[in-house]
Amino acid sequence: MKRIVEWLPALVVFVLVVGLWEGIVRALHVQQFLLPKPSTIVSVFWTERHTLWPAGWYTFKEALGGFALGSGLGILAATVVGRFRTLGRALMPIFIAANAVPIIAFAPIFGAWFNPISPRSKMAVAGVLCFLPVMVNTLRGLNSAKPRQIELMRSYAASELEIWRRVRVPTALPFVFTALKVASVLAMIGAIVGEYFGGALNALGVLINSSAEVFQFSLAWAGILVASLLGIALYGAVVGTERLVVRWTPDMRET
Amino acid sequence: MNVVEIAGVTKTFAQGNVTALENIELELQPGEFVSLIGPSGCGKSTLLRVIGDLTPPTSGTVTVNGKPAHRARKDGDYGIVFQDSVLFDWRTVAKNIALPLEMLGWDRERRKTRVEEMLDLVELRSFADHHPWQLSGGMQQRVSIARALSFEPALLLMDEPFGALDEMTRERLNLELLSVWEKLGSTVVFVTHSISEAVFLSTRVVVMSPRPGRIAGVVEIDLPTPRTAETRYTPRFFELVTKVRELLRSRGEHLLPEEEELLEADR
Repeated sequence: MKRIVEWLPALVVFVLVVGLWEGIVRALHVQQFLLPKPSTIVSVFWTERHTLWPAGWYTFKEALGGFALGSGLGILAATVVGRFRTLGRALMPIFIAANAVPIIAFAPIFGAWFNPISPRSKMAVAGVLCFLPVMVNTLRGLNSAKPRQIELMRSYAASELEIWRRVRVPTALPFVFTALKVASVLAMIGAIVGEYFGGALNALGVLINSSAEVFQFSLAWAGILVASLLGIALYGAVVGTERLVVRWTPDMRET
Repeated sequence: MNVVEIAGVTKTFAQGNVTALENIELELQPGEFVSLIGPSGCGKSTLLRVIGDLTPPTSGTVTVNGKPAHRARKDGDYGIVFQDSVLFDWRTVAKNIALPLEMLGWDRERRKTRVEEMLDLVELRSFADHHPWQLSGGMQQRVSIARALSFEPALLLMDEPFGALDEMTRERLNLELLSVWEKLGSTVVFVTHSISEAVFLSTRVVVMSPRPGRIAGVVEIDLPTPRTAETRYTPRFFELVTKVRELLRSRGEHLLPEEEELLEADR
């Protein structure tokens, strides 16, 4: 009951916005290609479900693969760099500079490297997008342990490995999950935008792109709806895992 | 045998060329409660850290239980309590107290029994499964003390443990600490800058003076035990407080204005 009350304002706003959208499009006779009515989008979403969902699933798998690969390597790299300070000093400026590069610009290049039709080129785009935020945040987390906590562990004659396991890793976990939430969104963006530059015919990005080219804007919008739902699902899965793993902070309850 | 023997300890910090400690000589017998007191910059916290092998002395030696301090740390001879409780957010109260026991390789049953004893000792039994953020500052510090005492360390090092707490909580925890100390018979080194706290708790008060950090004098506290809230109103308590204050004063020419204020505030 309490949950429903908490969600109520957001639900009211959502219904209002969709209702307003529907009303304005109808009242002003807005052209279909500029902005279709929500009701049209939903009806296309339903009639084309046998095309849309398999396409969504195909793209979702690419995003998931890239997310797992990029995040996994990011956590691994942070662990190694955090362990060897000199390596960190040599690599961090490069990683931070690389973080400012618009990775998505590389999408056509990845297509050339991995064969543009194969899902691997999309996984590569999604993976590279996920890698840096996860690695930078994880590293920050591993280095955020309070000096006093480490001194206390030393007073118990703890080894560096024990300090890492019992202090650095738990301290880093909230940072890691913050990064994974960002990465889950980036992975979907990477997979779909990657497909805009070419991909299998049954991929969601290709479907959205080609529908728009042939003025089937309602279908393109329905594709975007599928992409949004899948993106929210992935994000939600990360948040759910976070709630299971990080149970000790008060602010976890707020968000 | 002395629990702690400090011989000719000097500590200089390369940064700013500061002599934090100069030629410190001090011995602690088993079961003693020794307070280190002095204005900021007198090196009392540094001395505590040197005893605990958290920072090495520039010269001189620290011997704990007949061993070099480094060996003593490796053997788990120290229980440490800092000014802030330094609890681990991801561990419950019970698990925070159990941490040193885990490090010492105690088995689960033994840990559980001991944690329960410690929870009773600091009267936090009903909070065993709470996380630190759910506790008040005073309760957090009690958990920290329970954790430091859980493995019955030969030496308990406390660095202004009640400095961040309000006066009421502080006086209550002083009494609690004394009753725990009497029960367990540990040897305690207690850093503070409250004269009344030092006199109330200690068997000996070591007065330090700054720049360079030296021992200005030692006051034996012969107040009867067990000490109670009424001890603070006895004439002997006032005499001893005055004695400590005079020792601090005698080095007055070294004091900075804010240190003067600190002494005044404690009156």
